[in-house]
Amino acid sequence: MLRRLLYLLPVAIFAVIAGYFLWGLSPERDPGNVPTAMIDKPTPDFDLAAVPGLAVPGLATADLAGGEVVMVNFFASWCVPCRAEHAYLTAFSEESGVPLYGINHRDKPEDAAAWLAELGNPYQRIGADPGRAAVEWGVTGVPETFVIDGAGRIRWHHRGPLVPQVIERDLKPLIAALQP
Amino acid sequence: MMRLLCAAFLLLAAVLPVAAVEPDEMLDDPVLEQRARDLSDEIRCVVCQNESIDSSNAEIAGEIRLLVRERLVAGDSDQQVLDYLVARYGDFVLLRPPMKPTTYLLWFGPFLVLLIGVVSVLVYFRHLRRAPAMPPALSAEEEARLARLLDAEAGEGGDAKQP
Repeated sequence: MLRRLLYLLPVAIFAVIAGYFLWGLSPERDPGNVPTAMIDKPTPDFDLAAVPGLAVPGLATADLAGGEVVMVNFFASWCVPCRAEHAYLTAFSEESGVPLYGINHRDKPEDAAAWLAELGNPYQRIGADPGRAAVEWGVTGVPETFVIDGAGRIRWHHRGPLVPQVIERDLKPLIAALQP
Repeated sequence: MMRLLCAAFLLLAAVLPVAAVEPDEMLDDPVLEQRARDLSDEIRCVVCQNESIDSSNAEIAGEIRLLVRERLVAGDSDQQVLDYLVARYGDFVLLRPPMKPTTYLLWFGPFLVLLIGVVSVLVYFRHLRRAPAMPPALSAEEEARLARLLDAEAGEGGDAKQP
């Protein structure tokens, strides 16, 4: 009996290896996806000046612990996916009433101002980030979006553009759960 | 000869990884700068495929190189700098995976496979040794049966010759 089971061993090993290959080839898996370590942590210490030429104030840690759920979005005028997500981000912020704060990453102030003048400005505050704030937040590129709860803790971190699928699948249920 | 040496050196230089550190990033203190370089070699550029920040030209790699130097100048230990980055990017940012329960399989897996191989080979050879090279001698019962069969055959042959 034991010997019979031993004959099945190569089949079992093959099944395990095939399982890994299947996982590796899965179209759902994105090997470029960097895991986030920021969930449930307080927002990092930062204080960013306003973008010159824009009517909205800058952004600092203190602005994120006001007792309400807010979204923080890293964006730049040179970033094409930011342009793609802009309309969805604007619509979601207006629809849900969740304040949207922006961090303008490695951008020229005049470019950022022109970009927002063209597409509309959904951000209530925008901090100008020469580069360091992105590292403080564990950001790898733009666009990336965070949801901060009323206590100033990071509850959600999304890398890449906020497309409708992600908003429907992840963002809406989370906001509904966080808002009283 | 000299020319050959030069060519060999150039060939060697070509395969060495090229550092991406900009001159204006470097620290004046050579000891700290060396620590920063060694540390940068252990830190993954988060937007590259398996490249350290020391050899990556990505903007974020440059930003993290500067941050590493700032923290070293501020008096952080090497481990504190790594902890700071791990708190933000997770273990992904380390090119050398840390030893902890979730990575035991990664670290010890090859030895486990080796162990399975060694045990399999040992079992195989023990089995070979136990299995005799010659079939065992016939038992008394079998000898008797063989004799009967041979007798019967001889009897048949004899019958054929004498009708």
